[in-house]
Amino acid sequence: MSGEAGEGDGSAARIPAAAPGATKATTDRARPACAPDVVHGRTGSKKADSGGPGRRTMLLNLGPQHPAMHGTLRNVLELDGERIVRANPEIGFLHTGFEKLGEHMSYNQWVTLSDRMNYLSPLNNNIGYAVACNELFGIEFPPRASCILTIMGELSRIADHIICVGLMAMDMGAFSVMLWTFVEREKLYDIFEAVTGQRMMTSYTRVGGVFRDAPPEFPAMVRNFCSKLPSVLDEIEYMLNRNPIWLGRTRGIGVITREDAIEYSLSGPVARASGLARDVRKDRPYLIYRELDFDIVTDTAGDCFARYKVRMGEMRQSLRIIEQALDRLPSGPVKVDDHKISLPPKHLVYTDMEALIHHFKNIMPGHGPRTDRGEIYSCTESPNGELGFFLVSDGTGVPYRLRVRPPSFYNYQIFPKAVEGLMISDAVAVLASLNVIAGELDR
Amino acid sequence: MATDTVTADTVKLLDAATARLGGAIVGSTVFRGQAEVEVGARDIISVLRLLKDDPELAFDCLADLTCVDYLEFPEPKPGRFGIVYILRSTRHGRILRIKVYLPAEDPEIPSASGIWKAADWAEREIYDMYGVFFGGHPDLRRILMPEGYEGHPLRKDYPVKGRGERDNFPVYSPAEDKGGGGA
Repeated sequence: MSGEAGEGDGSAARIPAAAPGATKATTDRARPACAPDVVHGRTGSKKADSGGPGRRTMLLNLGPQHPAMHGTLRNVLELDGERIVRANPEIGFLHTGFEKLGEHMSYNQWVTLSDRMNYLSPLNNNIGYAVACNELFGIEFPPRASCILTIMGELSRIADHIICVGLMAMDMGAFSVMLWTFVEREKLYDIFEAVTGQRMMTSYTRVGGVFRDAPPEFPAMVRNFCSKLPSVLDEIEYMLNRNPIWLGRTRGIGVITREDAIEYSLSGPVARASGLARDVRKDRPYLIYRELDFDIVTDTAGDCFARYKVRMGEMRQSLRIIEQALDRLPSGPVKVDDHKISLPPKHLVYTDMEALIHHFKNIMPGHGPRTDRGEIYSCTESPNGELGFFLVSDGTGVPYRLRVRPPSFYNYQIFPKAVEGLMISDAVAVLASLNVIAGELDR
Repeated sequence: MATDTVTADTVKLLDAATARLGGAIVGSTVFRGQAEVEVGARDIISVLRLLKDDPELAFDCLADLTCVDYLEFPEPKPGRFGIVYILRSTRHGRILRIKVYLPAEDPEIPSASGIWKAADWAEREIYDMYGVFFGGHPDLRRILMPEGYEGHPLRKDYPVKGRGERDNFPVYSPAEDKGGGGA
């Protein structure tokens, strides 16, 4: 590694050249293949604070093909021994052009793409997009649709948080936690399948409602799941909360201050773990959150352990929300009664001329639901934080501009600062606790 | 959502902002209860700093920063590109949008990354997708598209199917001693 650099004696305290990737990097020392300045055609901007005169640092590619890099994230780490001097995240490997495609699809068609952003909780993306569309159209969900979506959104939040905790534990070596959490996710996906017809790519919402009602057994399924989840959460906490390895690898690691959380526009569990009590469900209530009683889970430590604790706490709050929402689940329609926006019932399409015309106008290209010219910004609380949509309508059936504000994009920006001075293994912990999802990061 | 009360709050917010910003405001709109204030490109940094530091308005957080290409918009706009700053007050939970129109030729605007760190990547993305230049940005280069990519994909005159760049992506190979990280 950097043993032959100036302070050669100090290398005794460091781990010798056994780190993954070290061999390649050593051979490339003369011409660091991954130097960010080389890659980007810039020279001379390298910091001179790499540990004193004569001290040389090593560059290491972490990702994009690395299991701990959660998707396709690439980090060029400048290392002093095993300590990170500077991290340089490279993103865009999963750039799919969702925003560009959004300008060429009708409002309802784009729902299918929203699934593919945060693929751990597609329902929350569906909800965020539908809430934004409703705000643009100036309409509201019918009460039953609001209630179903609140329940589904919170179930999806549990699915996201529990997988995040499981994967974080797996990255720290606690493999069994990951297996337990995937069992819970499978149960949740059974509910999603019963309601939306899909386990993962749910595409459940439409402008002004959802495309089909929840089945009669829906409340029982959810209650059954919710009654069993607390014991699993207890089990995970029993396994992790006093585990010295877990504590050692998460406590005090990757500390983010409250000021930085505001400065970097962090949101979601990452911001709340830093003491910033910011939750769109409270700040700007959508669906039926205004009527529900729940707490914003916060922590002040701002480290990986705090982010884990906030996620655990939020799952319990989600259970509270689901409980209340189930109690008030009303009957009634699940999409708005305006057939210029929502599809008319199928049996009417076959028998009623008016309904047939509406169906045709809704489906055919260039005829879909449309609204006045205008621009809105709407946000919802996705499991990772504030999922915002900036929509511009030019009065046609296709959005003129569809901007997604992905929480991961802003949350990931803090990464270089959070890992500065930490070990490589800590970078893995920090990344896992930020829960960066490449799908929504790159869109 | 009670649009009337939202609109009333919005008008109050707009009044407060107008009182604070004064002559910098070029125009303002309210749509679906959401306020948008238009300012000139020259004033943008002072406006953003004022909104951030003002103890009453306290828009301390940049919720999002994005851009719209109005090339094909049915009604005329003061400029082709609209840069949209979505500000949030973590204390009041309010949202205010600031918009700056930029001309089609050499769109340039001062960088807000000195005010919010959050603006760094957002501005890089706008530069990448629209070709808007941010003066004073510490590290303005492409973020989502690969290095060496030509064109700005989210511009309205860029075809959705692309221009076949995949064939002409520059290929970096170790033999050429150009360094890794190519397409």
